[in-house]
Amino acid sequence: MNDRPIRWDWVSVLVMSPLFVFIYLPVAVLVLFSFHAGQVPVPPFEGPSLAWYAKVLDSDRITTAGLNSIVVGVVSSLIATLLATLAAWGLARHRVPGARAIEALLFLPLAVSYLVIGVGLLVAFSAVGIGKSLIAVGIGHVVLNLPLAFAVVYGQFDRDQARLEQAARDLGATEVQVFLRVTVPLLRPAILAAFLLSLTFSWDEFIVAFLLSGFDPTLPVVIWSMLRTGLNPQTNAAGTLVFLASLAAGIVFELALLRRRRDARTR
Amino acid sequence: MRGPADLKLDRLTKRYDAVTAVDGVSFDVPAGTYVVLLGPSGSGKTTVLSMLGGFTLPSAGRILVGAEDITLVPPAKRPTATVFQDYALFPHLDVVRNVGFGLSVRGVPKHEIAQRVTAALKLVGLEDFGTRAISAMSGGQRQRIALARALVTEPALLLLDEPLGALDLSLRRQMQEELRRIQRTQGRTFVHVTHDQEEAMAIADLIVIMKQGRIEDIGPPSRVYERPRTRFTANFLGESTVLQGTVAACADGRVAIDTVCGRLEVAGERAVGSRASIALRPEALRIGGGTDGDQPLGEMRVEDCIFQGSFQRISGSNIHGLRLLAKVEPQALPAGECVPISARRGGLVLLED
Repeated sequence: MNDRPIRWDWVSVLVMSPLFVFIYLPVAVLVLFSFHAGQVPVPPFEGPSLAWYAKVLDSDRITTAGLNSIVVGVVSSLIATLLATLAAWGLARHRVPGARAIEALLFLPLAVSYLVIGVGLLVAFSAVGIGKSLIAVGIGHVVLNLPLAFAVVYGQFDRDQARLEQAARDLGATEVQVFLRVTVPLLRPAILAAFLLSLTFSWDEFIVAFLLSGFDPTLPVVIWSMLRTGLNPQTNAAGTLVFLASLAAGIVFELALLRRRRDARTR
Repeated sequence: MRGPADLKLDRLTKRYDAVTAVDGVSFDVPAGTYVVLLGPSGSGKTTVLSMLGGFTLPSAGRILVGAEDITLVPPAKRPTATVFQDYALFPHLDVVRNVGFGLSVRGVPKHEIAQRVTAALKLVGLEDFGTRAISAMSGGQRQRIALARALVTEPALLLLDEPLGALDLSLRRQMQEELRRIQRTQGRTFVHVTHDQEEAMAIADLIVIMKQGRIEDIGPPSRVYERPRTRFTANFLGESTVLQGTVAACADGRVAIDTVCGRLEVAGERAVGSRASIALRPEALRIGGGTDGDQPLGEMRVEDCIFQGSFQRISGSNIHGLRLLAKVEPQALPAGECVPISARRGGLVLLED
């Protein structure tokens, strides 16, 4: 913990304020004009009104897309986290031939652009006869999120964790007991963090979803198509809902990480 | 669980590719002994402890606890428990669950776990802290929890890996006494690894001094300190002046050696004409002439006097440049003064190397 007294450093405030304005002003404007009563989201602000939210929740197109996004996000994140956890466990606790190469291969997709991965998946799927569908998007999101989830979980398998597993064995625990009573509980915050990180990325992801979703678009794809027909506070309202969902997942993610750090400090 | 049992190490060896970390270490320890493995880093003491705990498999040799050969028994099935250097407490469990872990995984009934955990926490003076989180405990308290967690499983052999290294000096002293008290009360065999020679002398029944994977000296603290077997022991365990010389005569278990302090007589056997070393502890160096069987050592020029309460530490050198150390009663000795010195009877020890 940092116990130094809080002291306002005006130079820092001067530098940081424009930065935060730059980052958060667009979001603030987006949220503000989602409550706009008029037809076009431009100043001056009229309202507040919840009319556009009513329209969003009334629109089958948007709610269906939202549901699609939730299904794709949850399922693809579960699969990515499960695979990542197994990969991390295998690489951290067992002697695997070519472990360094496998590790590198797992991290590699991080360096490739989403567009390239999306186009690659499109080509590969058409070659094996998988049409544009939510399943295709889901597979795409597993590909995108696996490296991130792996990085988060793999980081937990450090020397401290190995020591604790050793201590459990020393106290008489069988391998199953070590796994269930020590490894999994210690890994839980990391697994949760990996899942939530994957979920937020999948929830926001546009390029791969656009290329692969076909007739079952996810929410970002629908919002994008709404934008093509011109500015409309309904888009703001939809965007605000997307943002709030991401924010919620982000907060849970931070809390999970915070717990992990606190646990780490106690060792 | 098992009661206290004798421990026997038989030519225990650990080789890594090119390095031999532990090289044929053998010793016997009767049940209820406080053993301290002492040595500089790289001496193999931690590897020995790790082999006792089952975390490292020996390349050769055997470990016996009582009549049982545990050399290849996995850690979970050994009659040993370890207090780890960093304590390795489970951060996701509270104090009571940490201490009860070893009983819980062995399927001990809940009410019995509760009783034994309470008793163990009482033993280490933490009976009121059961439901606290580990993160709320101080370093010294964590050390006690780790001790309670290991002791509650009633191991025949308790292994302690530099357990006091992370504590400050006064807490370390206090814990030394407590470890000693708990070991005496329970009559278990403790094997404690440290590089701190004062700690070793304060708590051990038996000190095993290690160097480069081998036992350099082994014995009770008083014997190892007063009559070091080798030059390494003489210097590693406290301070010594080492006098080198040539054997002039040897008869009736006494050896006469010519040194820069003159001809000195020590107990032992050595071939005439060979080189020999003699250790002299600072406590055995006396300022003043030889009386009552003391052996005169010539004169010392005083270079520095440090007052240390009940005694005074004097360093100096003789006419041949030999560094000399003395611990004497406080007295006025100005630097630069030359004083006659002598060795107390029995204060000179013939070293093996």
